[in-house]
Amino acid sequence: MARAVSTQRKAFNTVVAWGVALLIAFPIIWTVLTSFKPEPQAVATPPIWLGFDWTTKNYHDVVQQRGYFSFFLNSVIIALGSTALGLLIAIPAAWSMAFVPGRRTRDLLMWMLSTKMMPAVAVLTPLYLIFRTLGLLDSRLGLVVVLMLINLPIIVWMLYTYFKEIPGEILEAARMDGASLWNEILYVLTPMAIPGIASTLILNIILAWNEAFWTIILTVTDAAPLTKFISGFSSPQGLFYAKLSAASTMAIAPILIMGWFSQKQLVRGLTFGAVK
Amino acid sequence: MISTTRALLGATALCAFGTLAAAQDTVTLTIATVNNGDMVRMQGLTDDFTSQHPDIQLEWVTLEENVLRQNVTQDIATNGGQYDVVTIGTYEVPIWGKQGWLAPLDDLPADYDVDDLLPSIRAGLSVDGTLYAAPFYGESSFVMYRKDLAEAAGVTIPDQPTWDDIRKAAEAMNDPDNGVYGICLRGKAGWGENMAFLTTMANSYGARWFDENWKPQFDSPEWKAAITDYLDLMNNYGPPGASSNGFNENLTLFQQGKCGMWIDATVAGSFVTDPNNSTVADKVGFALAPDAGHGRRANWLWAWSLAIPASSDAIPQAKEFIAWATGKGYTELVANSEGWANVPPGTRTSLYENQDYLSAAPFAQMTIDSINAADPNSPTEQPVPYTGVQFVAIPEFQGLGTSVGQEFSAALAGEKSVDEALAAAQDVATQTMTEAGYITQ
Repeated sequence: MARAVSTQRKAFNTVVAWGVALLIAFPIIWTVLTSFKPEPQAVATPPIWLGFDWTTKNYHDVVQQRGYFSFFLNSVIIALGSTALGLLIAIPAAWSMAFVPGRRTRDLLMWMLSTKMMPAVAVLTPLYLIFRTLGLLDSRLGLVVVLMLINLPIIVWMLYTYFKEIPGEILEAARMDGASLWNEILYVLTPMAIPGIASTLILNIILAWNEAFWTIILTVTDAAPLTKFISGFSSPQGLFYAKLSAASTMAIAPILIMGWFSQKQLVRGLTFGAVK
Repeated sequence: MISTTRALLGATALCAFGTLAAAQDTVTLTIATVNNGDMVRMQGLTDDFTSQHPDIQLEWVTLEENVLRQNVTQDIATNGGQYDVVTIGTYEVPIWGKQGWLAPLDDLPADYDVDDLLPSIRAGLSVDGTLYAAPFYGESSFVMYRKDLAEAAGVTIPDQPTWDDIRKAAEAMNDPDNGVYGICLRGKAGWGENMAFLTTMANSYGARWFDENWKPQFDSPEWKAAITDYLDLMNNYGPPGASSNGFNENLTLFQQGKCGMWIDATVAGSFVTDPNNSTVADKVGFALAPDAGHGRRANWLWAWSLAIPASSDAIPQAKEFIAWATGKGYTELVANSEGWANVPPGTRTSLYENQDYLSAAPFAQMTIDSINAADPNSPTEQPVPYTGVQFVAIPEFQGLGTSVGQEFSAALAGEKSVDEALAAAQDVATQTMTEAGYITQ
């Protein structure tokens, strides 16, 4: 009897979990479906779920109109570049905050986080002028630096949390065995924190990939990533939803695939130290 | 052997020098534009331009309208120099021209025939008589209606209707039980959405945004009459949820046969008569925008235009491109490759004297009549201190127009009464204009 109740509860939980998952995934599913509809059917009321005239014309039109590869390449370079640079700075910073904390470490962490509370538009004009003066407008290097700075507080915070879970005694033991600071971070700390570092890396790539405000405003053509590619398919007049959906699907597909393959690492990292 | 190597090195150096020199001679123009059918078509036809100008290359940046406005404003205001040609509307040109942000287009070649531009469009793109942008396509607004529904309901919509005619026709055609609503109008808040329509409606009722001293006029009986009639039309004969409907939503409703009438941009004429996208393509009639006996019809004036930021380092080449894209030759190029119905409308007098075009575009005469009826320097019967028909050409208008639009959208959604919405509009306008220094006391 008890077993039957347990099965019922399991079934209920499964249905609820699937329901929530579908609800969360619905916008993406609907975008993908819309991308295969002819324009008039994309805006039909009542909406057509599956019984529409399937077509790949939108994808063809989107690629023919604006190309795709250069936008994709810029997204990859900007997302990977800003993440790598961010980790390079954040790992030593998080190490010192976690293992050699000072009196003001927590204040420093809060101050770093507080920079995320400021609306981006507040620093738009000063940053634009700095970029203009330094010749960084429409450059990949400029975007790598900006996105690294934007996401650095989150990277430092995440790594700090993971590093705090690692017993300091292990690092002390390494030091007693004669390990230098560099060897301690590289060969002792990093391997132990790999799940945390991996999830930080993946999350940061996703954040950088999807960042739209700065990537649209600071680029023109040479460094324009996929966010700019999508933005061009919205129209003030006329039907555009199917093409916009095709452009969006092409923009999110790479990051979706990356997330799919790295989901184990991502979950492991996000739950790292959750149960002590 | 040594001499051969030297010769090879010399030849390589010459080739490299030649390539370098050629690269230095080539100028790349960066063109910022919006995503609409006419602009996309132009991008497909630029081989014609580059073959005539092998020393000029074109790079396109296509953006959503508001993103484009934000990007270009940021770049021009900070002298960024990222763009050589920008697509802007009749709202920006007078403001930016006055600020010195745009290069004047006062030396276009003689065969460009600047006098052929429609006078009202040319006036809207000029500051003190100097042209600062060349129109790529122009539009006004008019009434689109279902001839079959009007006939079945026993009503006639005259070519020059009054608001009373529109109300009677909306009432007669309204059939919500069968999913047909008498009239579809913009309700979505925004200076370029509901306020574009409502400002022209108010103009036709004799209302104005400001008096000669920049005092807001939302407390006038003319505004109250216009907004009362608008809400009456929409609440009784409009589609449900109209406070969320802008151009694209109403276009969809009309194309799916759910609107008896729709008053909106003349550019929609080609969309609703396109059998590939419209279920009512062969049933659409056109009429001028309505009036209320105050000497002005409720039609606006807009032109997407090409201008050159003063910060561009390729102004002569940008002028050559603009002369090509907005010249008579481009019209013929489109007509030859895509048909006369697809040429950009509303910019040149000669187009409306062309029989091929008039017979290919059934809405052509109504479009030119609507454009000619709009006067950006005198948009309403009372004197005004501003230019612009459906907007006020001052930098503060984007924010102010959207704030006022939110009040009227709330009234349409039933959240506010007419008096409450007008009082709130008057307050926000008075505060904005005082803070901006227009009202000094």
